[in-house]
Amino acid sequence: MNAIEVQHLTKTFGKTTALGDISFSVAQGEIFGTIGPDGAGKSTLIRSLATLALPDSGTIQMLGMDLLKDYKTIRTKIGYMPEIFSLYQDLTVEENLEFYASLFDISIADNYQIIEPVFRQLEPFRKRRAGKLSGGMKQKLALSCALIHNPQILLLDEPTRGVDPVSRKEFWNILGDIKKQGITIVFSTSYMDEVSICDKIGLFNKGKFLCIGAPAEIADEFADPIYLIKSAQLYKVLLKARQWEGTRQCYMFGDSIHIVFKDGSYSPEALKTFLAEFADAEVSAVEANIEDCFMNLLNSERHG
Amino acid sequence: MACTLGFLLEKEFKQFFRDPFLPKMAIVFPVIIMLVIPFVANLDFKNINISVIDYDNSPLSQRLIGKIDHSSYFILRSMPKDFGDAMTQMDEYGLDVILEIPKDFEKQFQNSQQPTLSIVANAVDASKAASGDGYLKQIVSSTISEYVEEQGYITPAPNIVVRNMYNTTENYRFFMIPALTVMLIIIVCGALPALNIVKEKENGTIEQINATPIGKITFTFSKLIPYWIMGLVILTIALIIAWLLYGLVPMGSLLIVYANAVLFIFTISAFGLIVSNFSSTMQQSMFIMFFFIMIFVLMSGLLTPVESMPEWAQTLTAFIPPRYFIEVMRAVYLKGSSFADTLPAFYRLGGLTVVLALIAIWSYRKRQ
Repeated sequence: MNAIEVQHLTKTFGKTTALGDISFSVAQGEIFGTIGPDGAGKSTLIRSLATLALPDSGTIQMLGMDLLKDYKTIRTKIGYMPEIFSLYQDLTVEENLEFYASLFDISIADNYQIIEPVFRQLEPFRKRRAGKLSGGMKQKLALSCALIHNPQILLLDEPTRGVDPVSRKEFWNILGDIKKQGITIVFSTSYMDEVSICDKIGLFNKGKFLCIGAPAEIADEFADPIYLIKSAQLYKVLLKARQWEGTRQCYMFGDSIHIVFKDGSYSPEALKTFLAEFADAEVSAVEANIEDCFMNLLNSERHG
Repeated sequence: MACTLGFLLEKEFKQFFRDPFLPKMAIVFPVIIMLVIPFVANLDFKNINISVIDYDNSPLSQRLIGKIDHSSYFILRSMPKDFGDAMTQMDEYGLDVILEIPKDFEKQFQNSQQPTLSIVANAVDASKAASGDGYLKQIVSSTISEYVEEQGYITPAPNIVVRNMYNTTENYRFFMIPALTVMLIIIVCGALPALNIVKEKENGTIEQINATPIGKITFTFSKLIPYWIMGLVILTIALIIAWLLYGLVPMGSLLIVYANAVLFIFTISAFGLIVSNFSSTMQQSMFIMFFFIMIFVLMSGLLTPVESMPEWAQTLTAFIPPRYFIEVMRAVYLKGSSFADTLPAFYRLGGLTVVLALIAIWSYRKRQ
């Protein structure tokens, strides 16, 4: 049975469509990542799953229950971590955790083993007020509070936004530990590199999934030749390369440029010749990754 | 549910007492209001500025002026030569009343004629003018009847004796203090809940709460009960100050006061929560609450009697909770009304309590 089954989910706010006819499913115990730019509608999607945003149309089945009818039961089986830190800053770490445990009629001790991988590092700060924690610690506390009632589904809205790279790595590891306990995880992010922890991802833009699948599958489907250009004058090279006849798409990628050729009939040598005025420009073949897929999907959507 | 409510309340109280500002203010604020306002908000006018134009210059007019000068209500500012002078003073220096004693004032009495005195009052502040005018008439009539009796001209007309019931000394403070107490409760127990839920919205804490199975009723009650307790504490402080400082004790039973207070505080907090539920920012809810506090204060009979309002406004006041509580407070404190006397107000207030509590629960939406 799928933990989450969404059919034709639509949600509009006035004239803006936040979610436009979305269908997808997440299997039990999977990590599903919704990846897309800011304002794509990811938060609305997570909030719909968290029983907070009522859909205009469509159905959501969670753990075999209809979200519209059985939302009260579903609320006892999901853990939700909103995008902004939403715990009581004037209560201590322990008080926040106790408070959320008490809302589900349990004590911290009952489910300590579930939050243990997250809470371990917070132990020394038990008596500190939540408002006085560092960003990474706040995020761990929020995750602990979302997990304390041993939910079957964990919903995380941009959990790693504004978190330093080290804490982000740590967070992925923690998610892995949580997954081992059989908890299904759905999270949203705008960082492409977070696909590595996902069993399944959905590339999300303007209220729609551009594609859904395992990260490797999506990358494998990328058919067009793709090359990497290195140079000291990246921006100038980028502008020049965009004018080349063989360029379908050309964009910055970290400290280099990724260029996608229109088809196999263009050669990297021809590109090098075109870029002859930049002596240090190096062109080399590269494997497409998720970000390339996303750029490509966005581009083909834009140009029909 | 009872258990969850306990935890929610514990959380509310922890948050309240950890605030560096709120707990102190909740005590200091009512104390200051009760110490200061009864002295200053006084419609019992004193120190009315008066000028007397004495064209007569007779023993009788001298006697009259002496009485005015010694009265605690008036300050005799000047004795202008003519009316024009006096008017200039009124225009320029905020003179409140001018008394003009005509020529041959005393002589006319001796000739058994009807002399005419004229009083000119500055009615920019209408109520001050009216009371100045009233006091002056009293002084004049008592002086004249004294004089007439002494001289034995005619049998003096029977004096009108006014007896004030209930507030025997006609102390305006006694009229104000019960109402002030109500006002304190409106401000503390109305404005604080109005900011409470909206604060959770602004901080985002409501998001995580909404995704938990906690019920609407439990949640709403967890927000109301703290203000209920706070309101009763504030009421008690105010009543103790009224007793110790102003010697005001209820003529009737305190039990009636508290029975109504329990309803009233609950009602006004529920109203605050409704405002909070409908607002999305603290600015919005504060602004809305100010508007309603103004209406509550001015339309509840706190400052001006409900009976002197136009018909339509009187109908509106039926929906204003403080109206009933003020009525009961004054009735119990000044008239010593029994529980049976105040029962109609109690029932109506109770009706409003139920309605507002239901709206407060209904307007709290976990889903959008």
